[in-house]
Amino acid sequence: MSRYFVDRISRRLALCFGTVAFLILIFIAVFILKGSLPALGEIGVADILFSTEWYPSHGAFGIFTMFAGSVVVTILALAIAVPLAVGCAIFLAEVAPCRIGNMARPAIELLVGIPSVVYGLVGMIVLCPAIAHLSGTGSGSSVLAAAIVLAIMVLPTITSISEDSLRAVPTLYKEGALALGATHWQAVYHVLLPAARRGIVAAVVLGTGRAIGETMAMVMVIGNSPILPTSIFAPARTLTGNIASEIGAATGMHESTLFVTGLVLFVLIMAINSVGLLLNRRKK
Amino acid sequence: MEFKMQTRELEFYYGKVQALKKITLGIKEHQITALIGPSGCGKTTFLRLLNRMNDVVPDTHLIGEVLLDKQNIYAPQVDVVEVRKRVGMVFQQPNPFPKSIYANVAFGPRMLGLSDGTKLDEIVEKSLRAAALWDEVKDNLGKSGMVLSGGQQQRLCIARVLAVEPEVILMDEPCSALDPLSTLRIEDLMRELKTKYTIVIVTHNMQQAARVSEWAGFFLLGELVEYDKTSELFSRPKNKRTEDYITGRFG
Repeated sequence: MSRYFVDRISRRLALCFGTVAFLILIFIAVFILKGSLPALGEIGVADILFSTEWYPSHGAFGIFTMFAGSVVVTILALAIAVPLAVGCAIFLAEVAPCRIGNMARPAIELLVGIPSVVYGLVGMIVLCPAIAHLSGTGSGSSVLAAAIVLAIMVLPTITSISEDSLRAVPTLYKEGALALGATHWQAVYHVLLPAARRGIVAAVVLGTGRAIGETMAMVMVIGNSPILPTSIFAPARTLTGNIASEIGAATGMHESTLFVTGLVLFVLIMAINSVGLLLNRRKK
Repeated sequence: MEFKMQTRELEFYYGKVQALKKITLGIKEHQITALIGPSGCGKTTFLRLLNRMNDVVPDTHLIGEVLLDKQNIYAPQVDVVEVRKRVGMVFQQPNPFPKSIYANVAFGPRMLGLSDGTKLDEIVEKSLRAAALWDEVKDNLGKSGMVLSGGQQQRLCIARVLAVEPEVILMDEPCSALDPLSTLRIEDLMRELKTKYTIVIVTHNMQQAARVSEWAGFFLLGELVEYDKTSELFSRPKNKRTEDYITGRFG
């Protein structure tokens, strides 16, 4: 068999695999869209997206409550996780002695692999009672509990990618800064961090995606009641939780609005990725 | 003449590997000292000890002293940041920060706490002029330093060092990544700069050492084989190994 033949075949094969991945994406998008169409047509986009009334048994299908729940929990989680994760990445890449770094790195990567139900369990058993104690009311299942669990879950992702991108900055930059009389922290803050910005933004985007999509742990600690979150101690429900807890028994219009919920998630993730791309493209 | 910098019985180790063996060498003020020798001979390691740049390399240690104006820069009470401010460094690979030309030159003064815009403007212009780059970039100070040519980038890095007003400038093979014309420009620049600064240059290029320096040291396998006036070292080397190296018998 001539090597040109192999070359041609492998190129074709690569093309096939690429196409399959792309087709799967298209298929999912079409599938969700098709499932959503009845609800979108009958109830209308605005009434689903902007209504806070979610009483499927009474024909009220507003998902704004869950949308707000997802967004609020994710923003809170990122507000906790991003400073911690970037700080941790700086520690590992710049401050920690080799031995500590080499021990911490695999441990952090292991955290990514722990099933989310385990995080949820710890949240339920440890975090919720503490929050109940703190707020003085309820079971502690709340936006705050969800945000903290979520923050812990995305922490390793953001940390390890940020650390990689900090390490990828050429040593020459850091040495250049030090040779000009910058302190170590000045070199990190003014040279290393800006140079690693792309990677850190990518890490945050990935973390956000994971946060938006997280289901199991959210169902377990957020209380999962479709109430507009007005306080961090109040329970709420996320878009993902909405689908997971109702799809089993849903039929007809109810089922179709759950597809719309999925569509909203799909669009949210795409929007986050686009924002990430945009942030990285601006000001080369 | 006084020595601006001096090393005394300086030894340096990477882990257990000895990279420098008892180097004693004096660097004269307002002159150019060239360090030559084959790759791996320790000349760059030596240069980086003069502004404590090797502090950032893990698992290394040093024995001996490096004096700057008679003060040991490795003494415990010495502030390493202060040392690096007084002893600036230009690297082998031009390494402008991914920032504008202006921000590159203003970086050092800013880090030292200067925020006055007009003062910074002055320093930036003065430094770029001193580095013979002003006329080429004065209309594009906002452009990224990364878009300049290699030779311009290296002059930008020199300007960046000058902005901090150091006393000594260390140059680690500053021309090895540049074409011959850019190299000549940097050499001219060095001759101008030595009236105000003390310069130590590491170079692979013996012609370059002969062209620009007053003093030259030949390093081999971590040892300072010979140190003398450049004219002496190149015309009448006292050591057989120096002679073999500069006549091209090895290296």
